[in-house]
Parts: sequence; structure tokens; C-alpha cells
Amino acid sequence: MSDTYKGAIDCDIHPRVPTPRAVAQYMDEHWRDTVEVRGIETWDSIAYPPNAPLTVRPDWRKVGADTDPAKTAQATLDRFGFARAICNSLFPVQFFRDENLAAAFARALNDWLAAEWLAKDKRLVGSAVLPIQSPERSVEEIERLAPDKRFVQVLMLAMGEHPLGKSMYWPIYAAAERHGFTVGIHAGSSYHHPLTGSGWPTYYLEDYAAQSLGFHTQLGSLICEGVFVKYPKLKVVLIESGITWLPPYLWRLSKFWRGVRNEVPWIDRSPEEYVRDHIRLTIQPFDAPPSAAHIGRIMDQLQSDDMLLFSTDFPHWQFEGADMLPPGISPELARKILVDNPLATYPRLGRPA
Amino acid sequence: MTLDAPLAPARDTEADQRPGTDAQTRLKIIDGDVHPALRSIADLKAFLPARWREHLEVYGSRRKLGMGYEPYPKSAPRACRRDAWPVNGGYPGSDLDLIRKQYLDAYGIEYGILGPLGVSGHSELNQEFSAALASAANDWQREHFTGPEPRLKSAIVVPTEHAEAAVAEIERRADDPAYAQVFMLTRTSEPLGNRRYWPIYAAAERHGLPVGMHVFGSGGHPYTGTGWPSYYVEEGAGHSTSCQTAVSSLVIEGVFECFPRLKVVMVEGGFAWLPALAWRLDKLFERMRSEVPHLKKTPSEYIRRHIWVTTQPMEEPENRQHLFDTMEWIGWDRLLFASDYPHWDFDDPFRAFPAGLPQERYRQILTGNGRAVYRLG
Repeated sequence: MSDTYKGAIDCDIHPRVPTPRAVAQYMDEHWRDTVEVRGIETWDSIAYPPNAPLTVRPDWRKVGADTDPAKTAQATLDRFGFARAICNSLFPVQFFRDENLAAAFARALNDWLAAEWLAKDKRLVGSAVLPIQSPERSVEEIERLAPDKRFVQVLMLAMGEHPLGKSMYWPIYAAAERHGFTVGIHAGSSYHHPLTGSGWPTYYLEDYAAQSLGFHTQLGSLICEGVFVKYPKLKVVLIESGITWLPPYLWRLSKFWRGVRNEVPWIDRSPEEYVRDHIRLTIQPFDAPPSAAHIGRIMDQLQSDDMLLFSTDFPHWQFEGADMLPPGISPELARKILVDNPLATYPRLGRPA
Repeated sequence: MTLDAPLAPARDTEADQRPGTDAQTRLKIIDGDVHPALRSIADLKAFLPARWREHLEVYGSRRKLGMGYEPYPKSAPRACRRDAWPVNGGYPGSDLDLIRKQYLDAYGIEYGILGPLGVSGHSELNQEFSAALASAANDWQREHFTGPEPRLKSAIVVPTEHAEAAVAEIERRADDPAYAQVFMLTRTSEPLGNRRYWPIYAAAERHGLPVGMHVFGSGGHPYTGTGWPSYYVEEGAGHSTSCQTAVSSLVIEGVFECFPRLKVVMVEGGFAWLPALAWRLDKLFERMRSEVPHLKKTPSEYIRRHIWVTTQPMEEPENRQHLFDTMEWIGWDRLLFASDYPHWDFDDPFRAFPAGLPQERYRQILTGNGRAVYRLG
């Protein structure tokens, strides 16, 4: 194994989704009772069907590599020499229609992550899942976890009730900025609306493909509503969004902005500039042909070496073997993607020990 | 009036090679998106049977928008160029003489494919009424535009959510050479590859008619999978997402496996989004082939063979080479010029394309490709 990945910061790994009962161990008595009495035995999303090929890479599935931190370390951190990995929990807290239940599960899930994963390997850090159903409850959760430096990011999904730039969500950004949290938006939906503006697609393949469309909406919303004008220090990471959709969407958004910018007069720079300053993306999946020539053209379209963050998306099956970076990336750029960009994006991460 | 720009781009690479302005050297432009408008609702009523005329008068058009027009106020009245309002009254796109003078004659348009929007059956809650409005819109185009002006071609508006009536409408018009394509909108009740729409594709294929899928419409859902954005600028930029939903659905549901001669043209969503979508679908197909065993080819192969994209509104990267790369990835034979006349974001065929586009490619996009796709004969 070469030293390419030594010291890398993996910005997207997924502990195995716990059962509601496992999460409930971290609840107070009222909510633990609720889970039992009301029979919340399963709380499964149709995203990432457990047996679908994409959900767990075959060699990792064989050894249950996502089931505990030691196995995860063996499969990735130890093997490649990563310095840190950011754990993003995909237990679907966002599905609840009851914001109190959502807040109880978010608290317990974050405490579960801290105790069962972060406490067991110093290289692991976490994202705090927010009960996004209630911005107020989300802020409470941010305040609660702010003293715990192991949490470096707050986490929302690409599709929920409303586009995330709306002012109802601004208290979340204010709290995140105040405490140096990075804001992560991960692929996924609360499925509170049909998955697309034209209803529900038939196949899981389409569902996953449509996740990038949710990111189009969120990016447009964050920029046009003026989130980055109001919170100039905020960094937002689009996690597992794909990469190649971004430049063409920005060409469209910037063109429309030039045409109708009187509608959003607080936006006084091109959307492309806000993106370069405030938006980061994790590199798995990349969604490009495995050709250095294509990657070269696409990197040129991004017009920035600062935007891409290394990720394995472990245990999702995004790449084979150790083929974690797209072809044709120079060693200098690789170093930025693997180490420098993540450090610049996550102020709470600090320098690796 | 004639614009002195007969063979535009490639200005800097082939400077001073521009031919003169005489008719023979002028490009015969085919425009995939021209919007006709009613002078007033009376124009449409004339083609509605009494039962539906009365319904329209008493209950009005009730679309899955909850309102009569569009939820996002446009950048200009009726989203139109301010110079496209006829001086004698009426709306932009309603006065054939002005369309001729301002657009067809001025730019040397050989064919303009009409795309009726507004009250023409799209997204109508009452499906029988939707069918009656679509049929009336088809009669109206024929009578007011394509009959008197052979450079304009009609699109067969169909009541998309009522496949049986849609097929009947296609059958009613198919033998009339004035109709160049079937016309649907991209925001539908189900993604456009859903089986409920297949009879429409079967009829289109049977008659050799391409299916134009134009942005807008409402399927009765929020416009995005995460609710309603606030601004028109977001909706406008977001049209490429409804195009992607449609293309993904058509491909993954196996529409092109079942209708191997079907041609689909995505209209007014730009085009630069297509390569990234194809790459994403290919990757997912590789992983989850077992979910879609009905597909015999990769998604990008179906896209390359069955999907065309119109160029308006042209994406405008800072570096024009990025646009040329994108066009190359899509395939030069899949790009069709569209102007969107008389709307505010009109693309001028002589000015919308960046300099440096090889003249042969430019010619293909402005005229050659359209000839191969649309039923113009």
C-alpha cells in the first residue's frame, strides 16, 4: 500500500444504522417507554435498502465492517493510514412527523454515536444529527453538543420539508457559526414529499440518482435566500451529492441570477463566487467516467482546488479496492483533497494528534 | 428587416470568412421552441364544444397549481420580451404579422416548432376538460398560425394525465403534416417514464412523431423533492431537475427498450446537465443491474440514441471551452437550437452561441439536427 492516503481525513463514513431499541438505551425513561409501549421496533428508510449492492461493498459486507468501530478501523483507517474519519449517522430521525419524538431520537442517536463509536477510537469524530422538523429543537441540540469537540458538524438531509435556505432555518446557521460547526447536508430524504417534483420514481436506482436533484435545490436555496450574506463564516458541505452536476447547475443559476437579480437584491456576487467561498463537496461518488482526460476537464470546470473533500463513503459501494481518488489527480491536488481542504473546512477538527 | 449575421459563431477562429447576406448563404434555421399566445380566451373558446365552453365560463381553468397563472411572478409581464408586445394590442406571440416581422423574417427561420403553454390542457385537474382544452389548442394553432404560415409547425398538445384521450388526440392529428411533434410538459403527476404514459409513446412512435417535453407544468406536487423554493430564479435554474427526472425515468423504466424508434426532445431546460446525469446513471446501473433486468443497454447508450436537447436557455460558463466540452460529451448531433421567442430569456440564434464554435457544428445545431428529428415533411 502506498502512502498516498496516509494522514487523510475521510469526511464521510457511516456506522451501521442502529435499531430504535439500541438508540432508546440513550433516552430518558419517558422516551424509552414510548419506544417500547408504542412498539417502535423498526424505523427503516427506503433509502439504502440493507441488502442493496450500493449499501455495503461486498468485501465489507462479508466481514460486517460497518458494525463496530474496530472492524471499521481495520477496513479503512488502519489499512490506509487515515488520520480521522467523520461519522455520519443515517438513522432516519428526519422521518418522524412528531418533532418531540424526532428531538428525542436525535439526542439519543448523537449520544449513541458518541458512546459506541467516538469514545472507542480517537480518530473518529461525528456529525450531530438535527431534528430538522423543528429549527428550535435543532438549535437546542447544537447548544447541547457544542462543548463536545468530537462533534465537528451538524447534519441535515438533501430533501426535507422545505428548501434549507429559508429564514426559518437561519437560527440553525447562527448557532452553527457561533460554535464553529460546519453544516453538512447528506444525500437522503425525509420522504415528507414525493421524491421529485414529478412524483415518486419506481426504482431504487432512480431514487439514488435523484438525490443529486435535492442538492441542486438546496444549493440554489442557500445562495438565493442570502444565507451566506447573513453568515459569512459558514461552510456547507454537500455530502455524497456527486460532483459533476455542480458546474452545469451553477452556469444555469448564475445566468438566471444575471437575468432576474432584482428579485434577490441582497445577492451582490455571482452564485459561483458564493459556492467557491462557502460550499464544499465530498468526492464519493464523483459521477464521471474513469478517464483522466474527463476528470481534468471537470476539475477545470470547478475552477477551484479548495472545494473537494476526501471521502470513502464507507461502507457504501462507490469504488473498488483502494481506488478512492478519481484518475489524473496531481499529487499536490490529492494532498489538498485528502488533508488540507478538510482541515480548512472543519475548524472543530483541529490538527490531528 | 434583416439582421446582418447570417453565419455567426467561429468569429475569432474564422474571422473574415463570413459569407454575404444573400438568401442562399443564409442558414435555414430550425427553431425547436416558439410560443404562440391567445389574443384572448375567446380564441380558444371558438374551438371548444358548448359543454366545455360553458364549463370554462362558469368554473374556469383549474390547474394543479391552485392558481390561475404561475406561483412565481415572472421577471416581466407574461415572461415576455418587452419589445414583443404588438402595438395594436394583444399579447406577445398572438400577432402573426409581428412574429413574422420580428422573428421569422428577421432571422431567416425555415421552421419554428410551436409550444402552446397556458390554458391548453396542461396540469388541468379535470381530465375530460384537459382533453377538450388540448384539442382546442391544437385546432387553434392550426387555424391561427400553421395554416396561414407554413414556416410554423404545430405541436400536438396532449392531456398527459389522461393517456386514452392523449392517444385519441395524437390519432386525430397524426396524418396532418402541419404537426411536427407531440408536446408534453416535464412536471407531471408521475415521472414521465411511468407506465401510465406509455400509450402516448406508443402512438408517437407509430406515427414517427418525436415527443417534445417542455419545462413547466405541475403534477400536483411541490416543484422539488424538498418543497417549494421561494424565488423565480430558483425555479428557473431548477427546470433542469425536472428534465433530469424525466430522462432518468424514461431510461430506467425501459421506455426505449419497449419503443426503440421513439425520439424525445427535452425543451427549454438547457442541456449541460445531461452528461453528468448519464455518468451517474451508468454508475448506478453497474451496481444495481439486478433491479432493472429489463434494460439491455447502459443508460448512457439509451440517452445517446433517444434523447435530444434544445439549447435554450444556453448555459454560459465563464470559459466557453467548458461549454464546447459539454456539447462534445452530449454529441453534436443531439443538440437542437431553440429561441423561446417571445419570452424574456430568448436566445438569439446569431448571438447566443459563444464565438469559437466551429462553423460546421453551429450549422448542425441550427439546422441539420432539427431536420433529422422533427416531422417536417
